[in-house]
Amino acid sequence: MSSLQFDIAHLFAGSLVLASFMMLYQDRLYALLNVYALHAGVLALSVAWQAYVQQAPHLYVTALIALVFKAIIIPVALHRIIKRLGIHREIENVIGVGLTMMAGIGLVALSMVVMLRVTPGADALAREDLAFALSVVLLGLLIMVTRRNAVSQVVGFMSLENGLVLAATGAKGMPLVVEISVAFSVLIAFIVIGIFLFRIRERFDSVDVQALDRFRGERR
Amino acid sequence: MIAVALWSVAVLLALAPAGVVLSTVPRGPIILYGGCLMATSALCVTALSDLLYVPHLTQSAILPIGLPWLGAHFRLDALSAFFLVVVNLGGVAASLFALGYGRHEESPGRVLPFYPAYLAAMNVVVLANDAFSFLVAWEFMSLTSWAMVVSHHREAENVRAGYVYLLMASFGTLTLLLAFGLLASGAGYDFDAIRASHPSAALTGMAAILALLGAGSKAGLVPLHAWLPLAHPAAPSHVSGLMSGVMTKVAVYGFVRIVFDLLPEPMWWWSMVVLLVGGPTSTLGVLYALMQRDIKRVLAYSTIENIGIIFTGLGLALAFKAEGLDWVAALAFTAAMLHVFNHALFKSLLFFGAGAVLGATGERDMEKLGGLIHRMPKTAVAVLVGCVAISALPPFNGFVSEWLTFQAILLSPQLSSWGLKLVIPAVGGLLALAAAFAAACFVKLYGVSFLGRPRSDAAASAHETDRFSLSAMLMLAAFCLVAGILPGLFIDALAPVSKNMVGNVMPHQVGLQWLTIVPIAKSRSSYNGLLVFVFVALCGTAAASAIHRFASDRLRRAPAWDCGYPDPNPTIQYSASSFSQPIRRVFGSVIFAAREIGEMPPPSSPLPARFRIELRDLIWDELYAPIAIVIGFATERINILQFLSIRRYLTLVFVALIVLLLVVAL
Repeated sequence: MSSLQFDIAHLFAGSLVLASFMMLYQDRLYALLNVYALHAGVLALSVAWQAYVQQAPHLYVTALIALVFKAIIIPVALHRIIKRLGIHREIENVIGVGLTMMAGIGLVALSMVVMLRVTPGADALAREDLAFALSVVLLGLLIMVTRRNAVSQVVGFMSLENGLVLAATGAKGMPLVVEISVAFSVLIAFIVIGIFLFRIRERFDSVDVQALDRFRGERR
Repeated sequence: MIAVALWSVAVLLALAPAGVVLSTVPRGPIILYGGCLMATSALCVTALSDLLYVPHLTQSAILPIGLPWLGAHFRLDALSAFFLVVVNLGGVAASLFALGYGRHEESPGRVLPFYPAYLAAMNVVVLANDAFSFLVAWEFMSLTSWAMVVSHHREAENVRAGYVYLLMASFGTLTLLLAFGLLASGAGYDFDAIRASHPSAALTGMAAILALLGAGSKAGLVPLHAWLPLAHPAAPSHVSGLMSGVMTKVAVYGFVRIVFDLLPEPMWWWSMVVLLVGGPTSTLGVLYALMQRDIKRVLAYSTIENIGIIFTGLGLALAFKAEGLDWVAALAFTAAMLHVFNHALFKSLLFFGAGAVLGATGERDMEKLGGLIHRMPKTAVAVLVGCVAISALPPFNGFVSEWLTFQAILLSPQLSSWGLKLVIPAVGGLLALAAAFAAACFVKLYGVSFLGRPRSDAAASAHETDRFSLSAMLMLAAFCLVAGILPGLFIDALAPVSKNMVGNVMPHQVGLQWLTIVPIAKSRSSYNGLLVFVFVALCGTAAASAIHRFASDRLRRAPAWDCGYPDPNPTIQYSASSFSQPIRRVFGSVIFAAREIGEMPPPSSPLPARFRIELRDLIWDELYAPIAIVIGFATERINILQFLSIRRYLTLVFVALIVLLLVVAL
């Protein structure tokens, strides 16, 4: 692999982490969805580049799935849901943005250290890719944990899944079937959570998950 | 021959699902118990012929079941063959007894499917030659017996017994799992590989203690005995007999297999631990038994006593083996194994007797029985034999094994360790005390339930039990007598077991004049069961004929002297609690915090005066109750985790993930 190819793969993977960071500080739902679309788009580019580098045509299918489903259909659908439900468009954070960003930086550092330590034998691209992918997964989890809004938890979950796809394409030889099944599982999760959102909204006039807690008589 | 054994086990396993169907047809129980009788007879004969004719031949088999890379290993050596004989002799007797007794079972569907599975599990434990099959069979044995303990689940007491039993059984399996885990760390789960490995001293010590805990909790060593007197009486009587007579022996087998066979040379302090547990177990067990009124509970507590005697024998064997005195170790080990065999015989017999009484009167409380010797004469004879044997009186078998244990105790001055020199005589004192209490306990059991006048209508209208039950009891009684008067045969049959486990054997017994047995050498001490039997028989016959000659024609039946009371009620007879009162006052006030409370009504009140006895089980109150409180407190705290929001669950997962990653990274 030439160093140019390596650099470009590196660039795309790095951009994905950057997009995750951008999602971390969004405090409006629409903006969050737009960044998520960007996130999925970068993922599609990265996967396509891997397909080109590894000369694995089936990865183009993965890229296409990422582009069509995750970058276009899901964001558009979520936009429509938000509009139809008239959801309150500000996102309530549990902890402040500054602190969240610091935590995110720490997570990226952690995943670098872990991955570089446990994979000394693998080739350089796979190592870097896995480190970035783990960062994206951890940042996705961080998004889910620090938001009270159900929509943003869905978005956090899907960005986490993007990280998994990145890891999968970085490691050579992952069969297409697995990728498609992962993609479908995400789609089903999206549908289930979408229905779930409607139901919460119907009952509590809000998609703030705190309403659920109040309903259960949760102690604060 | 191992093939025959495994096929018989397979037959038992196949009978288990058949039991579901058979429990619905009228003659189903007879077919099922008949099948169990045949399979266990086949196993018993196979194992006996192996033990007698080819004891030095070790046969093994590997079946492609269980863990895929391991398979199921089975092995039949002298030790397994001996325990197979014990297990299946108990199984034969219990199945024969159940042919009659099982007909009274009100919910056969709750017993029939589990009974053959339980027998099969005990056989597989004894045959297993890898840790996985051993533990699976062990747990299967616990679960099937648990199912039968809760078979009469409408009584709240039985449900509680089942719950405590399940907890203690899980604890025992856990400790055994840990023991095997330690042993398998360098070798794998195959017993042959464990035998060949050389684990470090600290590791073998820990494994030995864990094995003592695991096997001891199943056998009923104090303080792990709490479940036993609850669970054993709760099961149907033939199953109680199996649990007390046989399953505790399977636990002893587990201990012997791990500590004497799988582990390398023992260290002296293991024997110290075993002795310090075994001695008190025997005395405490029988003291508990003396305080009880329920026949089956008395028997269950007396099982604890006998397990204490067996473990004392094993502890002595360990001590002598560790010091290189393997000829004494052989004596102590043979004594323990002989007691295993003897206890299986008379405890099954006594539980069957209790079952026969329960079937005839519907009562387990001694204070409501009495006078059964007139109504159930044959049962009374069989139970009398069991009582004499378990009280270790010659010429029956219980005496032989306890006497051999004492012979080993008397050789303790030969040990070099001062700790053992001081502890073993003390343990011997405890055993002697236990033997005396056991005699008192069984005089009480027999005297109150079988002699005197009936204390309730149920006891007055009792009738003799059926012939299957009787034949099972009389068979066991005959074995007790034979093993008592010809102990040399049994000691010689145990020689290969002792050779494999402690590396030496007792002197050859058969062929000595007058069938005497000698523990060490003729000049030291010897016992002749046959002579004692002949003497007892002659004296008894002479006394009986003299009494008959001079007194029979002067017999007249008259009302019992009523001490001047106008209305002689049977309840004014000497009762079970009156019998145990002296012992309760001397020992019970400390060990059981026993209190006697007499409540007198105020003057001129027509209310009766009341007398109550309060007993506390201090081990339960001081050991188990605090553990239960701590666990309850902890679960209450942790219970909060069940009611968190999704985001908090996610946070927990996230934090756990980060912590694990940090562990990897740093």
